[in-house]
Amino acid sequence: MPELTKLKDFATQVRRDILRQTHHVNSGHPGGSLGCTEFFVALYQEIMDYHTDFSMDGKNEDLFFLSNGHISPVFYSVLARSGFFPVEELATFRKINSRLQGHPTTHEGLPGIRVASGSLGQGLSVALGAAQTKKLNGDQHLVYTLHGDGELEEGQNWEAILYAAGNNIDNIIATIDYNKKQIDGSTDDVLPLGNLRKKFEAFDWEVLEIEDGNNIEQVIDGLKEAKARTGKGKPICILMHTEMGNGVDFMMGTHEWHGKAPNDEQLEKALAQNPETLGDYPL
Amino acid sequence: MKYTNSGNIDTRSGFGAGLTQLGKTHKDVVALCADLTGSLKMTDFKNNHPERFFQVGIAEANMIGLAAGMTIGGKIPFAGTFANFATGRVYDQIRQSVAYSGKNVKICASHAGITLGEDGATHQILEDIGLMKMLPGMTVINPCDYNQTKAATLAIADYQGPVYLRFGRPKVPNFTPENQVFEIGKALQLTQGKEVTIIATGHLVWEALLAAEELEKKGLSAEVINIHTIKPIDKEAIIASVKKTGCVVTAEEHNYLGGLGESVARTLAENYPAPQEFVATQDTFGESGTPAELMEKYGLNARSIVTKAEKAIKRK
Repeated sequence: MPELTKLKDFATQVRRDILRQTHHVNSGHPGGSLGCTEFFVALYQEIMDYHTDFSMDGKNEDLFFLSNGHISPVFYSVLARSGFFPVEELATFRKINSRLQGHPTTHEGLPGIRVASGSLGQGLSVALGAAQTKKLNGDQHLVYTLHGDGELEEGQNWEAILYAAGNNIDNIIATIDYNKKQIDGSTDDVLPLGNLRKKFEAFDWEVLEIEDGNNIEQVIDGLKEAKARTGKGKPICILMHTEMGNGVDFMMGTHEWHGKAPNDEQLEKALAQNPETLGDYPL
Repeated sequence: MKYTNSGNIDTRSGFGAGLTQLGKTHKDVVALCADLTGSLKMTDFKNNHPERFFQVGIAEANMIGLAAGMTIGGKIPFAGTFANFATGRVYDQIRQSVAYSGKNVKICASHAGITLGEDGATHQILEDIGLMKMLPGMTVINPCDYNQTKAATLAIADYQGPVYLRFGRPKVPNFTPENQVFEIGKALQLTQGKEVTIIATGHLVWEALLAAEELEKKGLSAEVINIHTIKPIDKEAIIASVKKTGCVVTAEEHNYLGGLGESVARTLAENYPAPQEFVATQDTFGESGTPAELMEKYGLNARSIVTKAEKAIKRK
């Protein structure tokens, strides 16, 4: 494992990237991005086996699919800082003629992206298809996904959840960003998800939980544990408890920052809580 | 007539035969079906290659996503269900996960149009061509008989990109050559004529040939063009024929909004404006009945084409 401090520094820089990307274009989704920072850093800096020399087919490497595409700022930052494309390109986020569209897409050829996402609920099906192709190809690598908890309100997820268990797709690890918040408020107020663990278990998934998804050690341990449980006939679900807006005091404990960018003053305050580590990209 | 019917057979069986052949020749072809394996004639493929056949159950949205994902790593997925459930039901899945993502998925849609028959309007989609041709990058193919459907099925496996392949349930004349080479985007001129061009697709191509015979008896020669590929449409063939005849009838088993007729009208409006008549459903849902009864009631047969052709000629 790279030293823990290095991973934490990486995460702090990613948080700065998220804040600076969204502030620069006065749009985008900082809340969920900040909440999933440790997950992305753990995945791309510690867990996954991948090539930065990107190929769409992704043979003989682990794959990741982001289903809740609106948290693109964290995805772009981690992809760039993991070597998929120049960090400077983060300055083009959501701008005209950019490869960094508001929601991730293959359409502009950004390395690291294998399917468009944004319209919610589609990522698990796509990932399961990729996982089945890996099996057909005799490829032992794994497929990872991330989904919002609110996103589980989309019915297609449950078709896919049923299918995965029924077909013993055991080379997939689907993580749920369990922050219990969505645009209109708490998931309990909008459409209660009930007991998610029991729901996944009832669908014959192997379920484990990460109690603090904003603690990088816990995230790494949880992902490693999930990895150890693959190949045993069941798909794996991680319920990862996170805090929307994590790392910026005034963005935490509310759903307000789901899709709202910080203004100049707020940016300054937020960046002060996340001092520069790996170097900001120029604007 | 130059074209003879070698026997009535359903176009979906042409798809099934093509898929069976692809199973032997294309190791990367995989097939998915949403609980309609027999109806789609995918049973042979399933039996011959169980490891490459995926029964997804009654869950079409998931099927489209799975198919998109399976392309990652080099598979060529043929996803089959009824046209209604292969398009309108899963439009956004096709839009985002397949078309926008540029995935090499073949959407194979049986029981298209009104000739599905007795099941009625819930299953008779007449809007699917429009839905699919609106998607950037989507190729839309609607072959006319068994032989052509088989040839199209083979051809799309070797084409890189998303394809919507539309075929049907009823047994219809099989009249195009066996083992024909199918060229995506290339219109086929079936008869030579001077007075009117009839551009038809799918089940209406045979009806167009019958109509041309009727018109011939009235001393009017019709040029019948089989447009199996609605997108990209063969503009050159359309313009060349209409320059010769001066008017056109389009014929399709689809709503006149969004179908072949509109693609032809746009082509002509931009290049060579000419009178056009539309044989198509008139912005309506279908209903239960036998295929022949429905084709008659909704004006989708040779008789209707003849009437529209005479009208088009008068408008010149």
